[in-house]
Amino acid sequence: MGTLHAVRARGITKSFGDVVALDGIDLDVTQGQIHGLVGPNGAGKTTLLGLLLGLAVADSGDLEILGAPVGRALAAPDGVTGFVDGPGLYPSLTARQNLAALAALRGEDGQTTDIDDVLAEVGLTDVADDRTRGFSLGMRQRLGLAAALLTGPRLLVLDEPANGLDPAGKKHVHDVLNRLAEQGTAVVLSSHRMDDLEALCSEVTILATGRVVFSGPLGKLATENRELDYRLSTSDPDAARRVATDTAGIQVIDDARTRTDGDVLVVRALVPALDELVVQLVHAGVALRELTPVVSPLEAAFLALTEQQEAGR
Amino acid sequence: MTATAVHDRTAVARPVSVPRGYRFELVKVVSQWRIRLLVLACWIAPALFVVGVSQQSTLPSDTLFGRWMLATGWAAPLVMLGFAGTWALPLLTSLVAGDVFASEDRLGTWRHLLVAVRSPRRIFVAKALASLTVILLLVAGLACSSTVGGLVTVGNQPLVGLDGHLLAPSDAAWNVLLAWLCVLAPTLALAAIGLLGSVALGRSPMGLLLPALVALAMQLAQMLPLPVAVRLALPGYAFISWNGLFTTPAQTGPLLIGIAVSLVWAVLATVLAHLLFLRRDFTNLTYDGSGRRAITAGALPLAGLLAVTIAVVTVATPSTGSGIRQDEVQRSVATAFAHLYRLQTEQLHRPAVTEAQLRATAACNKGAGRLAAEGPGNDWRCVVSWHLPGVQTTGQAIYQLDFTADGRFVADGDGPKEVNGYFLVRTPVGDAPNPLWQFDGNVDLLDTTPKG
Repeated sequence: MGTLHAVRARGITKSFGDVVALDGIDLDVTQGQIHGLVGPNGAGKTTLLGLLLGLAVADSGDLEILGAPVGRALAAPDGVTGFVDGPGLYPSLTARQNLAALAALRGEDGQTTDIDDVLAEVGLTDVADDRTRGFSLGMRQRLGLAAALLTGPRLLVLDEPANGLDPAGKKHVHDVLNRLAEQGTAVVLSSHRMDDLEALCSEVTILATGRVVFSGPLGKLATENRELDYRLSTSDPDAARRVATDTAGIQVIDDARTRTDGDVLVVRALVPALDELVVQLVHAGVALRELTPVVSPLEAAFLALTEQQEAGR
Repeated sequence: MTATAVHDRTAVARPVSVPRGYRFELVKVVSQWRIRLLVLACWIAPALFVVGVSQQSTLPSDTLFGRWMLATGWAAPLVMLGFAGTWALPLLTSLVAGDVFASEDRLGTWRHLLVAVRSPRRIFVAKALASLTVILLLVAGLACSSTVGGLVTVGNQPLVGLDGHLLAPSDAAWNVLLAWLCVLAPTLALAAIGLLGSVALGRSPMGLLLPALVALAMQLAQMLPLPVAVRLALPGYAFISWNGLFTTPAQTGPLLIGIAVSLVWAVLATVLAHLLFLRRDFTNLTYDGSGRRAITAGALPLAGLLAVTIAVVTVATPSTGSGIRQDEVQRSVATAFAHLYRLQTEQLHRPAVTEAQLRATAACNKGAGRLAAEGPGNDWRCVVSWHLPGVQTTGQAIYQLDFTADGRFVADGDGPKEVNGYFLVRTPVGDAPNPLWQFDGNVDLLDTTPKG
């Protein structure tokens, strides 16, 4: 038995006039997986999400959603919902009215209890009867998620769902998405925030200029990465600098950022060289206070891969 | 996208049914304060206007049937109809149909809607039906409010028609209803143009204003001395041609042509809006309509329709020129005078006389005879002659006529003062408006009289 795919795309292309938005995209998302889409602006993320939601039709390639190929009609298959470029809300309606209207549109009862449940799940119970005209971006995002939950989706497609969320709101959203994934719903989300992707996604796809430059588990992405910059804080910065300079595979980075804090050293290294540096520091009697990547491995990989792609154009 | 050979089925995308989409659209439209205020205004303001007029000594006599507003309650819905056709209905259709698609552009909700409904075609149908419902609700409000206001304030008396004959209250009610139904056709045409503008021009204010601008352009055109065929080929002509219901016999030719033209415009503009809507790019958030597409797929086909309609009307109707001809003017003035003379006779409690006994005729010229007696203008002059039973002398009265290009005229009495010189006549029960002092009329612009 093969893995059940919520999304399976092969060689998808999509152009808008002379602009190639997607150029031979392959994508696999299994049921119960939270899959991140990441890429610089104009990489094709929104276009790809739009194809999954039935907002556009690909020019060529094969796209299967929930196990069946999509047709040429502009329509999301049953079981698919989500939003791109923010949730669609009607400002003259309250949060509850927005959800009730949507439930009625889809032929569901729109039971008060269902609506109350999803509002509670995204933390909007207190403002359920307020018009959405005054909602902040974060509240709108959460209400958009509540609208999606109301339909019991098997594939949830979200564009920047954490935009504008405060920490509490973000926690609500993360909890909801994790619970959905546990129940077997596939979630495809795009984000510019690497911490969100690292916290939520088991797999990511990195897009650049309409092409996939990486797709797979986050762990694989980190190991594929070359060198990372690390902040090194010790009890004796001068001694640490000498040890780092003498350790093979370690490059001390001197730039404006490091000069602002004299106790912190920035070194660039692969993980094995970094291990050796730690051993040498201990041998030299230098106490290690902090050793952290300057940017996250995902972000570093993202920058490296997308810069390579941009340079290769 | 190529179909994969291994699959013989595609992902099921069950679209939302049209009734559900329609209810969803209605909820959205009715939730807007602007629409609620419009509905309230249309159902209340006309009645208040009628009550206000009934408290005044002056009447809106420059509006058709305005001079009869204190005489019968049935004049009020017709005065309102004249105002609605000129101002209210174009503005209402602009605010409702002209905004029904553009509002989604403003709110950025197209993608949400498409994901929820899963059929652009059904979204279009639901939106068109919802806007139509609201427009009908507004029109019904204008009609009902003014009618109730008129009947409650003034009463259920007979109505004087445009040829001076008296319509019994039941006939007046039926004709008022027909007149309001007739203007639904040009209202639908404007609504369809609103849909087209809303789809083609997105958030642009031009899209919102399009029905009002088109209506204004058509009104200006109706004021110009255009050939009858051009006048009848304009989709707004039915806003005027309902006047023909209030003559005997009814001037059904221009009315039916006007309604047919309006309905054809409504259908074509709706189809064009539908096609444009299906071709739009829903993934482009910054999509704001396409001026070029609006012209090629919207304006040009409608311009083509206008040209074809002019050609068809020209071929199908024998009338040429302005349609305002001396013989028709003389007949209209004489007929109206005879009916109104009989009315005045009854007011003054003089011996009863019939139109047949009066044998009224009119001799009219234009520009004191120096100009061809044809076309609009305020330089028409008519001398009406009539006979009273048992009186040898032929009575004569003079009227100055102000003709507008749409065939409507106001006849202003110019003596003798005993007949048409005073605004009021002294009746046994007090002063009453003199029906012969000034009266409205219209001529049938289509030449139905056999030549030769």
